[in-house]
Amino acid sequence: MSNAVSASKVRPALDLLYSDTEQALAGALDDLLAQRCAPAAVLARTEQPEAYDVALWKALAAEIGLAGLLIPEELGGAGASCRELAAAAERLGAHLAPVPYVGSAGVATATALTAAKTATRPGGGQEAGIAADLLRRLADGTVTAAVAVTASAMPADTFPAAVQLSGPQPGDAAAGIFRLRGRIDSVPDALPADVLLVPAEGVPNGLYLVEATAPGLHRVPVTSLDMTRQLCDVSLDGAPARQIAVGASAAAALDAGLVTGAVVLAAEQLGLAQRCLDMTVAYGKERRQFARQVGSFQAVKHRLADLWATITQARAASRYAAACLASDDPDTAVAVALAKSACSDAAVTAAQECVQLHGGIGFTWEHPAHLYLKRAKASSVTFGTPGAHRAALAGLANLPAPA
Amino acid sequence: MLDEENAPAKVLAQETELRERVLAFLADHPPAQTPRDDFLAARFDAGLGYVHYPVGHGGLGLPRNAQPALEEELAKAGAPDIDVRLNVIGLGMAAPTIIACASEEQKSRWLRPLWTGAEVWCQLFSEPGAGSDLASLATRAVRDGDDWVVTGQKVWTSLAHHAKRGLLLARTDPDVPKHAGLTYFALDMHAPGVEVRPLRQLTGEAEFNEVFLSQVRVPDADRIGAVGDGWKVANATLMNERVAIGSSRAVAREEGAAGFAAAAWRQHPERRTQDLHQRLLKLWAQAEVSRLAAERLRQQLAAGQPGPEGSASKLIFALLNQELSGWEVDFAGTDGLRYDDWTMRRDASSDYARGPVFRYLRSRGNSIEGGTSEILRNIIAERVLRLPAEPRADKDIPWKDLPR
Repeated sequence: MSNAVSASKVRPALDLLYSDTEQALAGALDDLLAQRCAPAAVLARTEQPEAYDVALWKALAAEIGLAGLLIPEELGGAGASCRELAAAAERLGAHLAPVPYVGSAGVATATALTAAKTATRPGGGQEAGIAADLLRRLADGTVTAAVAVTASAMPADTFPAAVQLSGPQPGDAAAGIFRLRGRIDSVPDALPADVLLVPAEGVPNGLYLVEATAPGLHRVPVTSLDMTRQLCDVSLDGAPARQIAVGASAAAALDAGLVTGAVVLAAEQLGLAQRCLDMTVAYGKERRQFARQVGSFQAVKHRLADLWATITQARAASRYAAACLASDDPDTAVAVALAKSACSDAAVTAAQECVQLHGGIGFTWEHPAHLYLKRAKASSVTFGTPGAHRAALAGLANLPAPA
Repeated sequence: MLDEENAPAKVLAQETELRERVLAFLADHPPAQTPRDDFLAARFDAGLGYVHYPVGHGGLGLPRNAQPALEEELAKAGAPDIDVRLNVIGLGMAAPTIIACASEEQKSRWLRPLWTGAEVWCQLFSEPGAGSDLASLATRAVRDGDDWVVTGQKVWTSLAHHAKRGLLLARTDPDVPKHAGLTYFALDMHAPGVEVRPLRQLTGEAEFNEVFLSQVRVPDADRIGAVGDGWKVANATLMNERVAIGSSRAVAREEGAAGFAAAAWRQHPERRTQDLHQRLLKLWAQAEVSRLAAERLRQQLAAGQPGPEGSASKLIFALLNQELSGWEVDFAGTDGLRYDDWTMRRDASSDYARGPVFRYLRSRGNSIEGGTSEILRNIIAERVLRLPAEPRADKDIPWKDLPR
């Protein structure tokens, strides 16, 4: 029997509420985002060349300390856990903040943390040093990083084969330089990154750090469904790289990044869903047709009641996953699958209902509803669709597929 | 935010004192040598029934969450316990209503036999003409000296055939708008004029009853709350029901309907198809998430932050039970076309282990009983989301003039 089933005794419950610290963090974020990230400004930015709001990201990193939440204090971070990381993500999702939080403070940071912990190649230690150095720079917000994986990558995937090692150039070996060649399409949060962490196939597989300014590295912005989290296609043509993990530790580091990514994105989806519900409820009280507020019609209010119930459920799943990850709980894999599937479904439903129940105005460019819809739908595919995460439960919950 | 009452140090001291009190009680009333009824009565008198009951009425006026410590000590000593299943309406609805709204004299008369199980209670609210629109009910109570004379018909009454008393909502004034003309009573189910008939349901059995009331005399001393305050008292009953449901015990993964489906899947590899697999994974995930949501709700209550999330639980519970049992019938193939027994049975409550077809049929009631899903959605929309109410035609008209 699998872990999931043998865990069927009632275990001591993890805390599924928001701690005082998490609430304070969320409040501070809301204040800052209300000023710096109003819907009109977010909409305006989507038609400017710079899709990411780098100045806002620097402010969030420096003033609130968002960049270093997961990073231990001895490396200059806040020494917090995935619980705080998820609580902050909810607020960023609610405001559709165009910042590389999920990719940098979530995926790349968790990847680097695991690399720093597990890079123990005989005679090595240098890789761990590079990862620790990166973490220090991430913590104070001077550097933004992204893991170069395609958006649909998810935990427990096979190690990506899109990038390989290419022939060394003179002096590389002495300088500890590797060369990478390959192409990864549709990478989230890589556009504003100063550093890319690139998984490359080889014997053994490895995880490599490439500076954004490196010769041979190209990032081409993609016209993206999600206008507030622009993707890019990454290509490497003999780009110089430093190894930060190899073999099993590279795989573990990448997986840790994707697990954290799925959980943080789920929390972001939850925040987005709640905001869509709030906006739609407010509109139902304000908009009048047939000499009544439209929110008084059962055809409308029952849909909103169902949406509220859905979000209530998703919140529990999101909190459980964050709590599991924070305490390294053996049920983490199940929790991640539940959270990503529940929160993605809730967000897509909420955004779709938001468009529909706003009627004509919800279909305009001027109203922000479409930005939420695009973020919700794109995020539901990112780091594993709900279906892909539920399929993972087949193994985790001992519900095997038909032979 | 923790309130004064739940401050950790105080809770701990309270718990220690409670455990000591239980041990002293057990020393005076050794379970092995005390007959069950005597033990339960003594336990109630010692304030060790439900500790959140008032002092002098089976409790110590402690918070609800002190109860587990008491139960733990009693279980350790092998003490007999009350049968919650038999008196689920009494304990879940009648007692909280009595504590909140009845007089001291009434509390003294009713709570002790209620708690020990000597007197089972039922609830006489719904009528054939008043389901979702409960406040439109037509059972009349007319004052006659020190008594009221009650005539009418009640329906969907669980446990009426075992009950000694019933929570009765009746119309005492037809000349005022419907909510204002109701009064609340405790009815003696053994009084002349009370007739209980089984109500057979689509599963073949009869879990519920119809109760016919013909010129039943109810002493005014058995009225709960003021004349005309029946709706207020009834709301106390329903609100307490929600608290009781919300703070119920933690359940394990696969303990509910998902467990039946998962067990069937594991047991019958030859029946597996891709379609059924996709549906099962989705339902299993939803069931597990709803279990986590229930756990989160319990944590909110324990932390003194009761939220409205409880209203979502029943909606989701009904939906999941129906979907999962529907899945089970599909998975069973032609076995799903066979039923165990349509014979009229009169069980106190349904046996969900009877099989997938029974579960499929019984679960249809989950979105009707205790508030339809449609009414629940109205409640969520209006009380949680604060959306405007539907325009209503029946609020300011005397009950007797309502169109019917």
